[in-house]
Amino acid sequence: MSAISARRTSSAAAHKARGGAVLPWLALPALLAFAAFALIPLIGVLLLSFTSWDTLGEIKLTGLESWRAVLSDPGLPHALWVTFLITALSWAVQTPASILIGVFLAGRQRYRELLAVLYFIPLLLSSAAIAITFKALLDPNFGLGAGLHIDLLNQDWLGTPSLAMGVVIFIVSWQFIPFHALLYQGGVRQIPRSLYEAAELDGAGRVRMFFNITLPQLKYTAITSSTLMVVGSLTFFDLIFVLTEGGPGDATRALALDMYKRGIQANLMGQACVIGVILVLVGLALALLLRRLGGRNPNASQLEGA
Amino acid sequence: MTATHTSRAAQRTAAPGAHGRRRPKTTSQRPNWLAGLMGWLWLAVVIIPIYWIVITSFKTQSNYYITNPLVPPSDPTLDNYRLVLDLDFPLYFLNSLLVAIGTVIPSVLFAFMAAYAIVRSAGASRFLRGVNSLFLMGLAIPLQATVIPVYLLIIKLHLYDSLTALILPSVAFAIPLSVLVLANFIRDVPKELFESMRMDGATEWKTLWGLAFPLTRPAVVTVSIYNALQVWNGFLLPLILTQSPDKRTLPLALAAFQGGPYGVNVPAVLASVVLTILPMLILYTVGRRQLLSGLTAGFGK
Repeated sequence: MSAISARRTSSAAAHKARGGAVLPWLALPALLAFAAFALIPLIGVLLLSFTSWDTLGEIKLTGLESWRAVLSDPGLPHALWVTFLITALSWAVQTPASILIGVFLAGRQRYRELLAVLYFIPLLLSSAAIAITFKALLDPNFGLGAGLHIDLLNQDWLGTPSLAMGVVIFIVSWQFIPFHALLYQGGVRQIPRSLYEAAELDGAGRVRMFFNITLPQLKYTAITSSTLMVVGSLTFFDLIFVLTEGGPGDATRALALDMYKRGIQANLMGQACVIGVILVLVGLALALLLRRLGGRNPNASQLEGA
Repeated sequence: MTATHTSRAAQRTAAPGAHGRRRPKTTSQRPNWLAGLMGWLWLAVVIIPIYWIVITSFKTQSNYYITNPLVPPSDPTLDNYRLVLDLDFPLYFLNSLLVAIGTVIPSVLFAFMAAYAIVRSAGASRFLRGVNSLFLMGLAIPLQATVIPVYLLIIKLHLYDSLTALILPSVAFAIPLSVLVLANFIRDVPKELFESMRMDGATEWKTLWGLAFPLTRPAVVTVSIYNALQVWNGFLLPLILTQSPDKRTLPLALAAFQGGPYGVNVPAVLASVVLTILPMLILYTVGRRQLLSGLTAGFGK
C-alpha cells in the first residue's frame, strides 16, 4: 500500500518538476471557451437582473426594480409550483423505473442487450420531434385513442390542466428513463458478486437481495442520476414550448418557459434574468443537497486521488 | 516504435476495464419472470410511438384520417418525403450538420487536453485543481438559465443570426461533462505507459496525442456522439440566437413546419421527423457499443 502511494507521490513530484509547467496550458482552451460563454453569462445573469433592458434600447441600471416586479408577480409562485411538480413527479416516476430497468439490463442475457439497444432510441430524438409526435398521437379527434376507438385513451389530453401535466411527466419519462437505466445498469455491474453469493448462502431470496444489497450499493449512482435529473428538469423548455406553450392557461408554465416569455417575447430582459438567477440558485442548492445526502461526492474524491 | 508496441499492450489491459470491470451477478439460476415481463412491456411503450411515426410517414394525408393508426399503409407513398425535401429541409439539414461538426470537434479536442492535464498533474497543480472544480460546478448548474446574457454577448459580438452564434455557446456548454467523462477514461491508462513515454524523451504534447488520445478512443467516440446528439437536437439556442429562416437548424424547422400551413398534414410532419432522426440513427448504429458502455463507465465510477 505505502509503496504504491510513495511511488505515486514521487512520480507526481517528478512530473511537476519536469512537465508540470506545460500542463496548465493544455487546460487553457477549454477554460477560455467555458469562461467566455458559460462563466461570463453566469455572472452576467446576476448583473443583468439589476437592470432594465428591452433588447433595442440602452441597458439601464435600475437596482431592485426587476426583482420587485418578479417577486410581487402572482405568476411566480405558480411557475415555481409547476417547476417543482415537474421536477418532483418526473423524479418519482423515473427513478424507480430506471432502477428496475437498469437491474434488468445488467443481466448478461443476449435479448437484454438487444432491448438495451432499442430502449435508447428515444434519446436520439429531439424534444421538438417528440413533442410534435405526441401532440399528434394524443389529438382528441385524429389521435391514437380516436383511431383505435379506445375511449380511455381518447381524452382532451393537452386541453385539461391536470392531464397536460401528466402528459409532460409521461413524455419526460419516456425520453429519459433509458439514459438513467443505463447509469443504473453500470452501477449494478460494479456491485461485487461476492455480496450476492454470501447472501445466497444465507438463503436470501431475490427480493431481499434487491433491497438489502442492490439498492444500498446503488447509492452513488442514484445521486449522480438524481442530480442530472433534477438539474435537467429545472430547465425543461423545448418539450413544453412545442407541446403546450405553457398551457392550457398557464398550467405547464414552468420557470424556464416563464423566463423565455418574459425575456424574448415580452422584452423584459431584466425580469427574465431574475428568473435565470432563481433557476441557477435552485439548481445549485439541489445539487449541493444531493451531494450532502451522499456523504461525500465520489467524483471529487476520485479526482483528488488521481 | 515503442509507442505502438506499448499502446497495443495497453489496449489489451484497458479493454476489460471498460467492459467487464466486475463479473455480472448471477443471483439464482431460475428466470425472473417479473423482470422479463416488465422489460418487454417497456419495450412496447418505447417502440409503439416510434413505429407509429415511421408507418404514418408513408401514409397519404387522406388515409391518415380513416385508417387504423397502428396498421401499416396498404399503398405506401413517398410523397410526404418529396414534399419535405422540396421545402428547404436540405438547407436546415446542412445548417444542423455544420453546427454539430463545428461544436463537436473543438469541444472534444479542448476537453481532451484539459482532461489530460487534470489527470496527469494528479492534483499537484493548484490551477488545474481549480479548473477541475469549476467544470464540476458547471455540471450542477443549469447553464440554459444563462441564455439571456449569452444572447446579449452574441449581439455585442455582431454574431446574432449566424451559425457561429450557435457553435460558441454549444462548445462551452459541452465542456464540463466531456472533461469529466474523458478524465475518467484517461485515468485508466496504465501509469507505466506515461512513464515509458517520458523515458523516451517525449513531450507532454506528444504523449497526449500519441499515447493518451489513441488509447482512449472509445471515450472520445462516446463523448463525440453524446455532444453531437445534444447539439443536433438543441432547440433553445437556435430559437434565441437566430431569426432568419435560412439559419434554422432542424428542431426549429420541425417546430416551424408543424406550426405552419403544412402542420395539418401529419404524415408530412412525421416524414420530416424521420428525416431528422436518420443521421443520429446511423451514428448510433455505428458507435452504439462504445456509446452505451462508455456512458455507463464514464458516469458510473
